[in-house]
Amino acid sequence: MTGPDPATALAIAADVRSGTRKAVDVLEEHLAAVAAREPELHAFNLVTADEARAAAEAVDAAVAAGRDPGPLAGVPVALKDNLCTRGIPTTCSSRILEGWRPPYTATVVERVVAAGGVCIGKTNLDEFAMGSSTENSAFGPSRNPHDPGRVPGGSSGGSAVAVAAGFAPLALGSDTGGSIRQPAALCGIVGVKPTYGLVSRYGLVAFASSLDQIGPMATTVDDAALLLDVIAGPDPMDSTSIPDRPRPVLDQLDRGVDGLRVGVIEEMRDGCAPDVLARLDAAAAALEAAGAKVQTVSIPAVRFGLTAYYLIAPAEASSNLARYDGVRYGLRVDAPDTAAMNAATRAAGFGAEVKRRIMLGTYALSAGYYDAYYGKAQRVRALIAKGFEEAYRDVDLLLSPTSPTTAFAFGAKTTDPYAMYLSDVCTIPTNLAGHPAVSVPFGSGDDGMPVGVQLLAPALEEATMLRAARVLEAAR
Amino acid sequence: MARLARLDLTPEELERAAEQLGDVLDHFADIEALDLADVEPMTHPYPLANVLRDDAVRPSLPRDEVLAAAPAAEDGRFKVPPILGEAP
Repeated sequence: MTGPDPATALAIAADVRSGTRKAVDVLEEHLAAVAAREPELHAFNLVTADEARAAAEAVDAAVAAGRDPGPLAGVPVALKDNLCTRGIPTTCSSRILEGWRPPYTATVVERVVAAGGVCIGKTNLDEFAMGSSTENSAFGPSRNPHDPGRVPGGSSGGSAVAVAAGFAPLALGSDTGGSIRQPAALCGIVGVKPTYGLVSRYGLVAFASSLDQIGPMATTVDDAALLLDVIAGPDPMDSTSIPDRPRPVLDQLDRGVDGLRVGVIEEMRDGCAPDVLARLDAAAAALEAAGAKVQTVSIPAVRFGLTAYYLIAPAEASSNLARYDGVRYGLRVDAPDTAAMNAATRAAGFGAEVKRRIMLGTYALSAGYYDAYYGKAQRVRALIAKGFEEAYRDVDLLLSPTSPTTAFAFGAKTTDPYAMYLSDVCTIPTNLAGHPAVSVPFGSGDDGMPVGVQLLAPALEEATMLRAARVLEAAR
Repeated sequence: MARLARLDLTPEELERAAEQLGDVLDHFADIEALDLADVEPMTHPYPLANVLRDDAVRPSLPRDEVLAAAPAAEDGRFKVPPILGEAP
């Protein structure tokens, strides 16, 4: 090793704070990278170059005046386009919000800016974060930088592409059933879904409110921890945010895994490709070699995670997306009366997958089916949370693949919704429990595409989880 | 369902949706056999009760800015087509 990689967020922030690099120069290097490959990869719905230049100049001015701009000084950060940014279009990759400029900014974005971060643009996603490939974006898919013929994963696919292609060292994504971790795995980067409530959701356009969580995407575990520490913590604007101030994780990551107990989840091997399982086994061996005690654990309830999720998330979505009615913002399709205007607006503004999930959720919540579907799914959710709780009596962390396969080709799963849903079979149970999880790149599959492995931890055990992630990062 | 969800779908869309939703619901049969009588439903990862803020006046979103983003507004209000069917 010859010192830190100058491309990491930690190195950029250190250099900008000490005055050895200028934030404006860092920004121009990244904008040049965007100019070179963005036409091919389509990571962004919008590149906010002018606003970014003004922000970078302000960071440099602060340094020149002897003030510390903060831990993200001059670091370009890409924002998933479901995070509200005042005066800057926020589309959720949906026609129904095309051109809408929010009147307020998400708490996480405020915190990134307050820490000296430079927001460079809004990244593409599956419409309203519903999907696993970005193919559900109304503005066209993003492409995997490792092979532009394949999907980057989703729904935070644009954020994953932005980081993997070097457009920004850091990005924010959101994860309802795997939407940070699965694209991180498919693009070969680190993605963290924090404990539910650790990060404020104020200003995140809601998909499924009891599952949604914003988290960092980065090229290294330390960079992800850096961004997590900036965005974590209570927020009076989100009544579900955990009221205790969290202890920063970045300075707790160098203790290794000696003595930690790690369980490989047996049920999450099912349906995974052999080359992905080979990397999972290699990751388990790497943790063991570093001093962890690795064992196999069984959590039978996680087999029902997909069903519980695809009833609960669409149910919550059908309620959350009722607000797109052509009255207060976004698209309106004119009709003679309001009910017809609502239905025409929503038919024109939503894409096929969003309509599918709204109808599925409406069905699961409708009179006569509520108990059989939504009520039952909530009980299965409790069963899954209990299964994790029992497992964590015997182990400190759990290990699984992130995604059953490496990145797939465009169109491979678009005709069969359930086949696409299976992409998130390993990531969904964590969201149901509300626990944290991270995807770490760990080598590649038979096709040469990145493979990610997932570490899961009990609520608020991000530090332990990222310690192990760092060991895997060093061993890959 | 489309009517309940206020979605004005074409006949082709309805046909495809019925087929795909039926297929997805078939996969969901896996939880039918589970005995969950003793399990309480879980609505939320962290049930926080009575989260209160100080009862103090705070600035809200600027009305003009909010109305400027609406498809139609008049006299400081959102404007919609007739709700009860009669002409305005």
